[in-house]
Amino acid sequence: MTKKILILLFILIPFNANALIEVDITRGNLNPLPLAVSPLSIDEESRKGFEKILKKENIGSEISNIVENNLRTSGLFNPLDKKAFLQAPDIANLKPRFEDWNLIKAQALITGKVNYVDDKLRVEFRLWDVLAAKEMMALAFTTVPNNWRRVGHIISDKVYERLTGEKGYFDTRIIYVSEEGPKTQRIKKLAIMDQDGANNKFLTLGNELVLTPRFNPASQMVTYLSYFKNMPRVYLLDIETGTQEVVGDFPGMTFAPRFSPDGKKIIMSFAKDGKSDIYTMDLENRIVEKITNHPSIDTSPSYSPDGKYITFNSDRSGYQQIYVMKNDGSDVRRISFGNGLYGTPVWSPRGDLIAFTKLHKGKFYIGVMRTDGSGERLLTENYYQEAPSWSPNGRVLIFYRETKTNAKGEGFSAKLWSIDLTGYNERQIKTPTDASDPSWSSLLSN
Amino acid sequence: MRLNKILKNTLLVLTACLVLSACATKKEVATDIQSQMQGDVYTGTDTVEYLADGVPDRVFFATNESILTTASRETLRSQAGWLRKNPSINVVLEGHADERGTREYNLALGERRANAAKDYLMTYGISSDRITVLSYGKERPVDSGSNPLAWSKNRRSVTVKAN
Repeated sequence: MTKKILILLFILIPFNANALIEVDITRGNLNPLPLAVSPLSIDEESRKGFEKILKKENIGSEISNIVENNLRTSGLFNPLDKKAFLQAPDIANLKPRFEDWNLIKAQALITGKVNYVDDKLRVEFRLWDVLAAKEMMALAFTTVPNNWRRVGHIISDKVYERLTGEKGYFDTRIIYVSEEGPKTQRIKKLAIMDQDGANNKFLTLGNELVLTPRFNPASQMVTYLSYFKNMPRVYLLDIETGTQEVVGDFPGMTFAPRFSPDGKKIIMSFAKDGKSDIYTMDLENRIVEKITNHPSIDTSPSYSPDGKYITFNSDRSGYQQIYVMKNDGSDVRRISFGNGLYGTPVWSPRGDLIAFTKLHKGKFYIGVMRTDGSGERLLTENYYQEAPSWSPNGRVLIFYRETKTNAKGEGFSAKLWSIDLTGYNERQIKTPTDASDPSWSSLLSN
Repeated sequence: MRLNKILKNTLLVLTACLVLSACATKKEVATDIQSQMQGDVYTGTDTVEYLADGVPDRVFFATNESILTTASRETLRSQAGWLRKNPSINVVLEGHADERGTREYNLALGERRANAAKDYLMTYGISSDRITVLSYGKERPVDSGSNPLAWSKNRRSVTVKAN
């Protein structure tokens, strides 16, 4: 798999710390900030050098396209049409003529340049506040040429962070289940892609059913459910090496796995004799602990970011509802009391919210509530959708949606969608096949 | 007197016919579905296969439930009889759920349904050594429809020969 490659990062010039432009990400995206992403300039020699290695005619434009696309899909920014730009990219990077950018209503401007130095890709970029006529940030990266897409994502994260005051989520990956074939006999494979859908790769062949992959927040490990040899068990997969192993030695089905926030434990359900309870296994010493002990179905566990609490769903009240308990299984409290069934609780990386799936009167909703169950907010309603996963900054949820079939049972599809915490900016994430069970990685660079 | 009785009977039959035909024309589709469902448990035979003569391979469940109906218990008793007659045969009980639930909960629900069937077979003398339980949750529907009848066929525990 792709090896992690160090990206060297330098701060070019100490920038002026006055934050003049501020994007408020707690509101909807009704007025995305107009900004101009000037193509990264490139000298002819560097252009030819990269063309030979990367088969891209102009890598400077390609990288700025990635930045532009990321900022647009965030829903917070409105990248302006390049045709309207008056200043050439190389000149703009030296000293923008702010009147020109002001004229096309750009409030922020991104410029930069790309060099081919000692077989390496060197990228510098600058973020400018057009109205205040000031530089806000200047950074340079050096990396192997193959990492060019990641450079685009890192620039996007830096711009997002500078303008919103919160970490970005662009230099990340999504692991999910690729689906093909008829609804009654779906072929499912693990697949991984960049957050923007690029670099899609399949990790399993589809010989056995696989479900619910989840990233380790602390490394490039994945835990998932596989029906290998018709025995549904939780597995651990190292996506760098491809090594796989069964988690624990349970005499029955283990499922619904997730990592603890420090990545050292796996929490999951074990089903036996019609009961499903929650267990943890320490990945270092292999010690297994039983966390819940109830004749009901207890599943879909998820840790709070400080690791002190666990949220899960249980039908101990008679119907599927959401509960919170301490990490040792004590002090179990039900938190969902609205109409309908509640499942798949996932604790926000910011710690303040729990995202969930709700089923009420034949409709499925993705929503969020506070960790005490108050402040329930439904973000989206559909025929079938479930399994939200948070972006690492806790601002976006990714989930999957299935369509209703027609009278002949045709027309089934499963796709990945994302929505902002505000309930705005709902988008489909394009995948080469049908897709379900998405899980968002942490930021790769940090 | 006799004529009167005949007339009366004819009238009764006629009224009955009228009522029935009214029903049939009005709710033809609904009646068709009702004849295959009791409550929301599937009672039809569309998807059912047979382990042996008179031994159906599957039982059906109500939404979110794992309680065995009278018909299910009868099916399982016939399976137990067949297993007693064929002591060398082992079985896998495959538990399933419909598509109207979250994936992980449905995996647990499928396991609970298959275990309900397993417990019943055991009370009729089948050793647990001969029974393996396997849940598919909502992963392997038999009917790809998005309607109550299709869902009722998919909420099932199927007894499959393991050897």
